Amino acid sequence: MRVASMVMSVAMSGLLLSQAACGDRASSDTTPTTFASYDAGAVPGGPGAKRQYAIGSAASDSLVTRMNHDIGMDGAELPAGSGSVAEGAALYAAQCANCHGRNGEGMAAASATPAFPALIGRDPKGESFPFANDGKAVHTIGNYWPYATTLFDYIKRAMPLLAPGSLSDPQVYALTAYLLAANDVIPDTVSLDAARLRAVRMPYRDRFVADDRKPASATP
Amino acid sequence: MAEQHESRDESRDESTSPALSRRDMLAGTAGLLGGAALAALPRTSAGQAAPPVSPAAQSSGSSIAPPPPVPRPQVPLDATTMQGAPTAQLGARSPFHAPTRAPFGDTVGSSLTPLQDLTGNITPSDLHFERHHAGIPALDPERHTLTIHGLVDRPLTFSVDDIKRFPQVTRTHFVECAGNGRASYRDPKPDLTPQRVSGMLSTSEWTGVPLATLFREVGVRADATWFLAEGGDACLMTRSVPIAKAWDDALIVWAQNGEPLRPAQGYPLRLLLPGWEGNINVKWIRRLELGTAPWMTRWETSKYTDPLPNGTARIFTFEIDVKSIITSPCAPQTIAARGWRSINGLAWSGRGRVTRVEVSTDRGATWHDAEFLATPQPKSTVRFQYMWQWTGAESVLLSRATDDAGFVQPTRTALIAERGPATDYHYNQILGWKVDAAGGVSFFGAT
Repeated sequence: MRVASMVMSVAMSGLLLSQAACGDRASSDTTPTTFASYDAGAVPGGPGAKRQYAIGSAASDSLVTRMNHDIGMDGAELPAGSGSVAEGAALYAAQCANCHGRNGEGMAAASATPAFPALIGRDPKGESFPFANDGKAVHTIGNYWPYATTLFDYIKRAMPLLAPGSLSDPQVYALTAYLLAANDVIPDTVSLDAARLRAVRMPYRDRFVADDRKPASATP
Repeated sequence: MAEQHESRDESRDESTSPALSRRDMLAGTAGLLGGAALAALPRTSAGQAAPPVSPAAQSSGSSIAPPPPVPRPQVPLDATTMQGAPTAQLGARSPFHAPTRAPFGDTVGSSLTPLQDLTGNITPSDLHFERHHAGIPALDPERHTLTIHGLVDRPLTFSVDDIKRFPQVTRTHFVECAGNGRASYRDPKPDLTPQRVSGMLSTSEWTGVPLATLFREVGVRADATWFLAEGGDACLMTRSVPIAKAWDDALIVWAQNGEPLRPAQGYPLRLLLPGWEGNINVKWIRRLELGTAPWMTRWETSKYTDPLPNGTARIFTFEIDVKSIITSPCAPQTIAARGWRSINGLAWSGRGRVTRVEVSTDRGATWHDAEFLATPQPKSTVRFQYMWQWTGAESVLLSRATDDAGFVQPTRTALIAERGPATDYHYNQILGWKVDAAGGVSFFGAT
């Protein structure tokens, strides 16, 4: 698909939109399948190729700062602060255990409640990463998650369910520390901060592979 | 640290939110859009807030059982003898038809489109499937904005009105949850219906601006290879997207089937990545950040990865594979009369156009080309049809689609051999319906 798109974009480069559209077989659209060459010069009445429409306003630093809390896989954006496993255990009991279980076992869907995922557990069976074959194998953090930075990012943006965004950075570090320790990824004695979290390598990170679905493998 | 208690963005800052504050939400004054689920939280003996249970869920349960039968509407014996009903502000369905999504009532959950009740290609907007991870946010289109920043020359913030000033395009595409079909793959029970088998699939005519247009406007830098898409719901849904998709066919859409997006589909703005798994089509889109690597968010690592039998898991499996389902006849119908009837259903592929659909009426022993009821569009559904004369013999009806990327639907046996019986996501095996000698129709998944 990507190859096909590239071929089409090369074929269309330099053509006006109205001419390129004819190559889109069996389509009633008046626009090409891809937008690789669909710039401001491709639309009737527009400002011309390589020009801007000058719509929108400059994004303020304060707005971006308020919204941008994402933590990438290298942890470069991790904030200051730290939290201990013990602090995280107390926070977990107070704010997380009711949905995710006292021991992180999760909660199955009931008639009037959704399922809440299991968080804690390093089943020895997990060593073989059996999830495709064993429907009962539980996707805990320790058994499955490839990046520890994801924990900080997700807890901070989305948890707890009924008060997302309410946890301070040290609280998020503490909960991350507790969940990593409870999954036997880090020692119970660790006080987690940016540098220590960046250094954590999840046990099954190397199990994740690129998408290699192929037509041949899908043919009966 | 005082700053830790500040709202983390404008949308959560009650002092600047004239329309609807978080306090209002928690006080239960905004019962619309499922917000009521957050209102009344029972306390447990331990003093913790209990998991949220919506009134709808309490009354209906999350059961997917069909609603109780409605008394047949009363109409005149001869409608030609009297004046009919007057005009009305809004149309309504015939009282003889009441299709509904199911299950419903969860803020973290899904509702499925009743495919067995639909005809043609477009899903009526009020029946478009839902999948939410933190409920449906209530967003004011005059306050909602989309900000694009990161590796760009000109970080810009667009209002919804700004977005509508750009050159727009209109495209018909499906959206399908990557987990659609899990029940029919793992546990193909005979009582499954099209809604249960494939109901996290819906097709709409979408209108919006090509993301490529916006990326040119902000001046995306040459070293940007991925972008992060963030929604404005309570979980700030985030997914990483390779930048090639923006230059290919990605859209920021604001309209669905001729009117503004439904709140459940992302009002007022959503990211639409044609042909890619539903979760990455981030609803309520508020921010795009250009970068040089995927972010590895929870939804692209812990979820939406595909375990394989060799002890690995595929990550970033974006495209929906080629699929099809017969929606007529289907369970739990009974075929009352022998003779000719149309077998029809939907076929789709996230990799391009469906090029062929074959139908078997003998459990796959022989296959016959079906016809398309419209020209297949890329990354869209198309309805197919094959005429069949039922003689009263037990029959198994199956469909098998092929796309222009060369993919063909595998049997369930072949897919299990490749991906394992418990794999997550991207189920596209051949399936269909068994018609018994009495005309009873049940799901057939053992292909």
